[in-house]
Amino acid sequence: MAVKSSVQQNSRAMFRAALKRPAVVGSLLVAYILVAVLILNSLDRSNLWFPFYSTLTFPVLVLSPFIILAAPVRGWFKGVLVAALLFLVIPYLGMRDSSYLELVIQICIFAGLALGLNIVVGFAGLLDLGYIAFFAVGAYTWAMFTSGASTVFNINGWLVSGSAFYLFIFLGIFVAAIVGILLGLPVLRLRGDYLAIVTLGFGEMIRVIANNLDQPINFTNGSQGLFGVGRPPVPFFLRDGVLAVESALGLSIANVDPLSQQLLFYFIAIAIIGVIIVVARRLDNSPIGRAWTAIREDEVAAIAMGVPLVRMKLLAFATGASFAGAIGVIYAAKQTFVSPESFSLIQSISILAMVIVGGMGGIRGALLGAVIVTMLNLLVLKNLSLQINALRNIDFVIPIINYHIRDWPTQLEPAKYERLIFGLLLIVMMIFRPAGLLPEPRRRMELQEKDEEIVDEEISSEAGDEQPVVSAVRPDAEQA
Amino acid sequence: MSSLLDVRNLTKKFGGLTAVNNVTIGIEPQSISAIIGPNGAGKTTLFNLLTGIYKPDTGTMMFDGHSLVGLRPDQVNAAGMSRTFQSIRLFHGMTVLENVMVGMHSRLNISLFNTLTRTAGFNRQEVHVKQKASDLLRFVGLAGKGDEVSRNLPYGDQRRVEIARALASDPKLILLDEPTAGMNPQETVDAMALFRRVRDELGVTVVLIEHDMRVVMGISEYISVLDYGQKIAEGTPDEIRSNPRVIEAYLGRRAAGVVEPETSAEVN
Ligand SMILES: Nc1ncnc2c1ncn2[C@@H]1O[C@H](COP(=O)(O)OP(=O)(O)OP(=O)(O)O)[C@@H](O)[C@H]1O
Ligand SMILES: [Mg+2]
Repeated sequence: MAVKSSVQQNSRAMFRAALKRPAVVGSLLVAYILVAVLILNSLDRSNLWFPFYSTLTFPVLVLSPFIILAAPVRGWFKGVLVAALLFLVIPYLGMRDSSYLELVIQICIFAGLALGLNIVVGFAGLLDLGYIAFFAVGAYTWAMFTSGASTVFNINGWLVSGSAFYLFIFLGIFVAAIVGILLGLPVLRLRGDYLAIVTLGFGEMIRVIANNLDQPINFTNGSQGLFGVGRPPVPFFLRDGVLAVESALGLSIANVDPLSQQLLFYFIAIAIIGVIIVVARRLDNSPIGRAWTAIREDEVAAIAMGVPLVRMKLLAFATGASFAGAIGVIYAAKQTFVSPESFSLIQSISILAMVIVGGMGGIRGALLGAVIVTMLNLLVLKNLSLQINALRNIDFVIPIINYHIRDWPTQLEPAKYERLIFGLLLIVMMIFRPAGLLPEPRRRMELQEKDEEIVDEEISSEAGDEQPVVSAVRPDAEQA
Repeated sequence: MSSLLDVRNLTKKFGGLTAVNNVTIGIEPQSISAIIGPNGAGKTTLFNLLTGIYKPDTGTMMFDGHSLVGLRPDQVNAAGMSRTFQSIRLFHGMTVLENVMVGMHSRLNISLFNTLTRTAGFNRQEVHVKQKASDLLRFVGLAGKGDEVSRNLPYGDQRRVEIARALASDPKLILLDEPTAGMNPQETVDAMALFRRVRDELGVTVVLIEHDMRVVMGISEYISVLDYGQKIAEGTPDEIRSNPRVIEAYLGRRAAGVVEPETSAEVN
């Protein structure tokens, strides 16, 4: 018995040691990706169990970058794997089944938003519940100038062509940043809960404005929304590339043009996310990022140490807003339809949830949160509903308990329970991992600290004539 | 009189309470001065007025030839006056080095463009900031502790980090609010040596609020005494020691053991 357990221990130790060797881990990673791709490749949409299998396998593939990045292998190897995944594997799967491409683009859109909100909430500690407003600003900026609806732009012939799209990404960044500063100026003197409530109000305000700006001059087409929004033209080499790959791999692509368009959006989204990640990292790792962290940890100390509070908060607000602006332009073009409904409070909360689930303050955490929440909404729950429907249609009977899926009430479709499951997820997260899945170390400590100190403070603002109070529970005993 | 800091007739009321009452104080350049007084005398409030955290009701504050009235705390810091807090206010989750680096904010060229494009100037500045922060940590006796998370440091070391952070903006004057509170006797002796070095080696004028009479009498060249918001005495340590009003209002009360009761939530 003793001999056996020591052998067991020995082999376990050897296994552990092997897991530290880059070559072993590297091959495991490659095998992991290959298996996922092979399974996805062999799935057939006409198969009864397709929704179920794809729900099981696709998340495995989409989450692989996080595993790659955390694995103990060389940096260049990680880069090669992630690049292969982004530029070979996903486009290939997208050509086979464009719904994967659609899902990844959606993930990118939400990832961009989560990264932007993470600057505001995670880095600078400003709870913004109206973040979706900046996304709306970006989306409307592009939609108003290209929509076929009878807006003032259309009637007066002010529309721009689809090729202005790339210029409008910059315009979206700019306009959203300006709106961010304009909204931020009056509200950023508030703190914590007050700031959250006021930003919530401002977010709703933008939506209401979009809803009502069809009269007296029609800018937004009101609640009907702007349809026929322009798209960037597909470069010929992309379409040619798709055709070349199609013939080389013997695929049969039904609609080459929509697919090329989707691929274009995919590459644009990847590029934007790449830029956003670089920008966020550089900001984090700079005097600006340190000032934001300082503000988050102790506003009074930060301003007394020379950090101009209002200016740095505005910068955080504007940076977060500008990310959302850029993403909004892409979103409008991809959907070709923009309406006030797309920018509701629940969207702001979803994005906040992504940041919280992933781990506030960290870039990788925000990305992970976006991937998980988006997949939950758009893949897992939807596919479960599809699966139930497919089984219902063939009158599937669960053996042993003899249950007819047909009898499953339509009210209980998983897709209808999106918000409920979402809420449960958040509650479970708050209980077991309050700092998120990939917590930023500082943040984790802050959450622990919050239990110990009850600090209630305000600081004098330039304009306010109110009596500022700076108070804190004093930790030390009097030494007299 | 060419004072570095010239405060005249400064008054601050909180509702019915006059926390600082018509106080006039001058601080000579390159001096070490102390402000003493019983609990609630208005010492911290005076610091908060000087650093722009509170706005005075009346009075003038001239620092280095410029008025401080109406300046925000960050502008006061940029003008060359820095401070520590009675209850330590470090950025607890940041490392010790990062804390000191934040203290340099008002001396840095903060440009969004440079930050995003990582210009040579930006990189040079970052190297300089790190170097200077670790030099300051060595100066306050915390060499090698830069990478520790500041909340994990022992109490006395946290006070040193606060001093290093306050020195990071190259101030002309540093305000220390009860810098030896909570320190053991040995740490207190070391801290006194540090305050002297701040003045002697860095040429920074030091103003400290202290309750510990050994510290006050040991290092300050000039002492101002506050009681109920009013300045009741000023002078050299010897003059203060023998001043009957001070003995009555402050030392006397303490000597008689009538120390005011500790309030649980104190304003600093
Ligand atoms: N923000 C505020 N609002 C109301 N009252 C205040 C405020 N700040 C200080 N006070 C009051 O002003 C008086 C002076 O307080 P202050 O903190 O300046 O005293 P102190 O001399 O620093 O005392 P200690 O030695 O205990 O630190 C106290 O009675 C205090 O309660
Ligand atoms: Mg005090």
